[in-house]
Amino acid sequence: MPGTARRRSSGGGRAAAAAAAFALFFATGAFAEDATVTIDNFTFSPPVLTIKPGSKVTFINHDDIPHSIVDASGKFKSKVLDTDESFSMTFATVGDVSYFCGLHPHMKGSIVVTP
Amino acid sequence: MTSKKQGDDSTLNVDRRGALECMLWAGTGVLWTVSGGVPASTLLGTAQAAETGLTFLQISDSHIGFDKPANPNALATLEEAVGKVTALPTKPAFLIHTGDITHLSKPKEFDDAAQALGKLKLDGHYVPGEHDVIDEGTGKAYMERYGKTARGAGWYSFDQNGVHFIGLVNVVNLKAGGMGNLGADQLAWLADDLKGKSASAPIVVFAHIPLWTVAADWGWGTDDSAQALALLARFGSVTVLNGHIHQIMQKVEGNVTFHTARSTAFPQPAPGTAPSPGPKVVPAGELRGVLGITNVTYRQGSKPLAITDSTLAS
Repeated sequence: MPGTARRRSSGGGRAAAAAAAFALFFATGAFAEDATVTIDNFTFSPPVLTIKPGSKVTFINHDDIPHSIVDASGKFKSKVLDTDESFSMTFATVGDVSYFCGLHPHMKGSIVVTP
Repeated sequence: MTSKKQGDDSTLNVDRRGALECMLWAGTGVLWTVSGGVPASTLLGTAQAAETGLTFLQISDSHIGFDKPANPNALATLEEAVGKVTALPTKPAFLIHTGDITHLSKPKEFDDAAQALGKLKLDGHYVPGEHDVIDEGTGKAYMERYGKTARGAGWYSFDQNGVHFIGLVNVVNLKAGGMGNLGADQLAWLADDLKGKSASAPIVVFAHIPLWTVAADWGWGTDDSAQALALLARFGSVTVLNGHIHQIMQKVEGNVTFHTARSTAFPQPAPGTAPSPGPKVVPAGELRGVLGITNVTYRQGSKPLAITDSTLAS
């Protein structure tokens, strides 16, 4: 975890406060920003979403037909999302995640998690 | 037209007539008549069903549970379809349902569908659509109800009146970027199932997603269907019945006739006419003109199978 192994400065209260703020900054994932992938007309949008580690991504289905989110490498899959239903997932690890719709596999998208 | 196993002088003409009859689609149901091992179609409600032969019913894409603007009550339109069939002068021999019985694989949806279809008082032969295998158990609910005697994910075959019927499943283990999928296990079973069958035996194959590519960018096809069709190539008469695309499409290729049925729930757009294959909303009063059923009749002799689509409005 960032911040947990940080050496405490001996310089007094100000440095300690800065270190604490720094730790808090990482612990709360200030770089991570929640993002949304929408499904309209059998299309994931954006098709490629770039996020920081720890970001929560919410997939929401706006179609009148159910869809689902299935990791192409088999690590996760969502429940089936009927109209206006959503599924959220936090991506902690740096890397590319390719996914597709379990009902309509020609629908594809990817999440790029960058440091 | 090269050598056909059953070939005689009339075969060519029969096939041509069969092709012409294919242009007569109208309405919501297809009545299938298998005659002399070759499929042909006739309009539901015409008298041919009373002739000697095997007539069976195809219903597809009931989507019980669907309640969106394209059809707020999919159960009611299925019940109307059932009512049309029970009013036929000749009772079909059995029902084939080509999948998407339910919309979300929920127990109540399966129950409602079974209750409505039960009024047909017909033996039913089912294959799942992708909407029937989206429960937590990935098809457990479907298999408990319809797949107890089937192989794998629900495939099987049976014989009736000299016609060999094969129900295939192409809606499970779908691959990213792909379309429908049969898989190696099912193809191996199919090869074994067909082993030793006479090439003159009429074959009817039914599956949910079309076994030929209707629209690749909409996923309307089956990735490994060519392997299944290769196994069927030696047979003189093969009829392939599908659903999934909620509209009638027909293609004749060599000895194989492909046909997709209408839905009883909602129409979908023709490929290339809309940004996506989502439900097509039609003006009030026109819905029943785009929903339907299919009847198929097989007659011994030298005539083709007769396929009759009829709408709920007709």
